[in-house]
Amino acid sequence: MLRTELGRTFHKDASAPQEQFLRAFRWMLLARVLDEKFANLYRGGKIFGGVFLGRGQEALSVSVGMTLRKGDIFAPLIRDAAGRLAFGETILDAVRTYLGSVLGPMRGRDGNVHRGKPKEGMLAMISHLGAMISVVNGALMARRFKGISDTVGAACVGEGASSTGSWHEALNQAAVEKLPLVLVVANNQYAYSTPTERQFACESLMDRAVGYGVEGRAVDGTDLTACLETMGEAIHRAREGNGPQLVVGKLLRLCGHGEHDVADYVDPRLKHSAIGRDCLEVAQEQAFDHKWIDDKTLEEWRADAVRRVEEAVAKVQREAAPDPYREDWYALSSKHLNEGHSTL
Amino acid sequence: MSITYLEAIREAQARALSEDPRVFIYGQDVGSFGGAFKATKNLAQEFPGRVIDAPISEDAIVGAAIGAALEGMRPILEMQFADFSTVGFNQIVNQAATMFWRTRLSCPITIRLPSGGTQGGGPFHSQSLEAIYAHYPGLVVMTPATVEDVYSMLLEAVAIDDPVVFCEHKYLYYHLKAESLPTEALPVGKARIARAGRDLTIVAYSAMVHEALAVASELSTEGTEIEVVDLRSVKPLDTDTVMASVARTGRLLCVGESWPWGGVTSEVIARVVSEGFGLLDAPPQRLNAKDTPVPYHPNLWAAHRPTAHSIAGAARNLLRQ
Repeated sequence: MLRTELGRTFHKDASAPQEQFLRAFRWMLLARVLDEKFANLYRGGKIFGGVFLGRGQEALSVSVGMTLRKGDIFAPLIRDAAGRLAFGETILDAVRTYLGSVLGPMRGRDGNVHRGKPKEGMLAMISHLGAMISVVNGALMARRFKGISDTVGAACVGEGASSTGSWHEALNQAAVEKLPLVLVVANNQYAYSTPTERQFACESLMDRAVGYGVEGRAVDGTDLTACLETMGEAIHRAREGNGPQLVVGKLLRLCGHGEHDVADYVDPRLKHSAIGRDCLEVAQEQAFDHKWIDDKTLEEWRADAVRRVEEAVAKVQREAAPDPYREDWYALSSKHLNEGHSTL
Repeated sequence: MSITYLEAIREAQARALSEDPRVFIYGQDVGSFGGAFKATKNLAQEFPGRVIDAPISEDAIVGAAIGAALEGMRPILEMQFADFSTVGFNQIVNQAATMFWRTRLSCPITIRLPSGGTQGGGPFHSQSLEAIYAHYPGLVVMTPATVEDVYSMLLEAVAIDDPVVFCEHKYLYYHLKAESLPTEALPVGKARIARAGRDLTIVAYSAMVHEALAVASELSTEGTEIEVVDLRSVKPLDTDTVMASVARTGRLLCVGESWPWGGVTSEVIARVVSEGFGLLDAPPQRLNAKDTPVPYHPNLWAAHRPTAHSIAGAARNLLRQ
């Protein structure tokens, strides 16, 4: 219950922030370790396509995944390993998708961050990320048709996707339908190599909230406490029937667009500014300052994360790859309507 | 009593709404106004809360339908004109069409596209886009030519577990009438012999079926018997029925209202040539719209698309070979 009532209980219950914060911190740590493993596998040539990390975005990400409840809908962005884990995605699902295991949710048909289990509320993104927002809207409309009123849908994108037509159509649609959508924009300063001044001209993306008639919140994406509090409020407001919520987190992508990208275009001044802080280190310092953890605990947690990730990778590396001769090569679920069906 | 093609679309939607609580209709002006063509007339009143006006946002309209379908609903979308579906193209071809293959979860949405030319329609209210949707794996593309088919196929589109692009022809809305609604129908994926003949096969679909039938009547008076095959759905494409017809006639003319490049007519000819070359007594021919945008003025429009007149000319040429 604690995590679902975060927005209301955060300031009242002295033990809640500590427990909440530390659970979030552990998910962030696990996500970082998982991401680093993917980066290593990529450098070792063990991954077929790209690898996209969430370094620097874990605080904002985990605050979404932890604040959502089971039964809610989550459309993550490509840097949301922390939020995915907190929402319930397993390490195995992530590893199996990156390595293309036939046992993974995408069975080698799709890879890396394009994974999900829609039946469990986790949508599988297409690359045109802004297009996921209206899909969340539709799922929420369906819930309303069925008389289910207490679920929330969160869609996460970067500031780059906020320039797409889909983003604008979907936020307007959610506002018109007064849907419990929480649209999270992780403004990480670069869409691939494009800086924000070439992406939008408003002072803050938060300013767009008023234009669509929705509630908006800005948050320091490097501060876990602030992220948990802001996301708690936004998701609570959406769940209580106050319509769509826009949350803009300001932070800096502490990696390339993908692991193929050295990102030498990133302005060094940003790296040394307040938003260039590593949210994981900031959270760790806060935890030490509060004396919520000590060196020994941290080392145990890190070792536990490494062990879990290594176990998953070792297991998946022994799993079968998809076999083209076992594929049915049907794109339609109605088997008889697939072209070529009668001749097979 | 008689019923038009347009009324049959409305009746099919009314029946789907009344028989299946998962069905809802979403699109621009479809609510109390009843739709730009009145295909949803009175449905908002008869089914409160289930016929919903959308903002002018085709991308978000299709996206929302996909999300609702993932949650077990059966949305019917009305794109006001087929031409505007291109704004939602990404959601249709990349999101809906890939869903089952990627996630094993089917995506049962029906996207109605008021298609094809009418007098004065011009470049952006006249398009026939069946070929471009058929190009993408994961979509069923229907092109009903009759009142009976538009009714039964729309009901089947809603029942199918996959995304269906339903190309209904605006010219047929008011011009086509039937005595009553059908009680039985061919399954989707089966073409129909609209008229039997022995000398030449014309393969057509949607409004072009009626142009082809007019040509068959005209040439019949000259002693030529044309067989007209109505494809009904362009994906799946019933190659078997087409091949059987060509086996009987030895001559093939394919007619489509859409543009020529990479279209349904070229697909039919490619299949017949590669699988049934020996059945042909003459090189197969095709007739499509000209390779320009659809013109506004009736004089230009009449020359832009195939008509009974141009089809008859092509048929006579082919019969002379």
